[in-house]
Amino acid sequence: MEDGDQVIKKFMYMNRKAPYGTIYALESLEVVLIAAAFDQDVSLVFADDGVYQLMKGQNTDDIGMKNFSPTYSALGDYDIKKIYIEKESLEERGLTLEDLQELKYEDEDDDWAEKDSIHLVSRAELADVIDQQDVVFSF
Amino acid sequence: MAMLHTVNKSPFERNALESCISLAKAGSSILLTEDGVVGAMQGTAHSKKIEDAMANISFYVLGPDLKARGLSESNVVNGVKVVDYSGFVDLAADHDSVQSWL
Repeated sequence: MEDGDQVIKKFMYMNRKAPYGTIYALESLEVVLIAAAFDQDVSLVFADDGVYQLMKGQNTDDIGMKNFSPTYSALGDYDIKKIYIEKESLEERGLTLEDLQELKYEDEDDDWAEKDSIHLVSRAELADVIDQQDVVFSF
Repeated sequence: MAMLHTVNKSPFERNALESCISLAKAGSSILLTEDGVVGAMQGTAHSKKIEDAMANISFYVLGPDLKARGLSESNVVNGVKVVDYSGFVDLAADHDSVQSWL
C-alpha cells in the first residue's frame, strides 16, 4: 500500500500470555505505543492466555507491580482501532466479552462517533487476518 | 510426609499443573500463584483436573494474584481455598517441604 512516498505496512502484535507473571504483556504494550508514532496499519490480537490482559477490575496493589491495564483504553487515541479477540480462547477460559474492558475509538470519517475497537473472531477468521499481515510480532 | 507444591504457570501455557497433580501424593497440598492462579478458576477447560484431584489433595490459590488479574475469588473451583501472603507462609511452615514447579 502506498501513501504518497510512504509505504504503509500491516503490522500485527500477537499477545498470548497472561499479564504480570511474565513481562511480555507490558513489553508488547510499550512497543505498540511506540510503533503507533510511525503511522502504520496496526492490529492487536489477544489469544490464548493473552485474553487475560484485558480483564476488567485488575488491581495490583497487593503484588507490588504497576497495573498497566488502564493504558489499553488509550489505544484508540493512538489510532489503534483493530483489536481482535479469539472467541475460542475466551470460551476455553469460561470468559465472555463482558469480562473484558470495552475499547473504543472515535471515527474521524463519521463525525467522531465512538465505535468499538474490539472484534470477536473465531480461530478460522483470525487465521485469515494473520495471513493478510506484512509483519507479525509475537509476545 | 506432607509436601506443599507450588505452581506458578498457567495450565493453558504449560503442563506443570498437570504433572504436579499426577505426581503429588495423597495428603499433600498444591498452591497456585502468579499466572498459575488461572488454573484455579471454575468453568475453564482445565477446571476438571483440580475438581478430580481434590478428593486427595488440598488446593490453595494466592488471593493477591487473583486480584491483580481481575479474577474473582468467588469464581474459583469449589473447595479451593484463597490465601494471602501470610497464609502462604503458614502453608510452607505447616508442610514438611516445598516443591516449586516451574
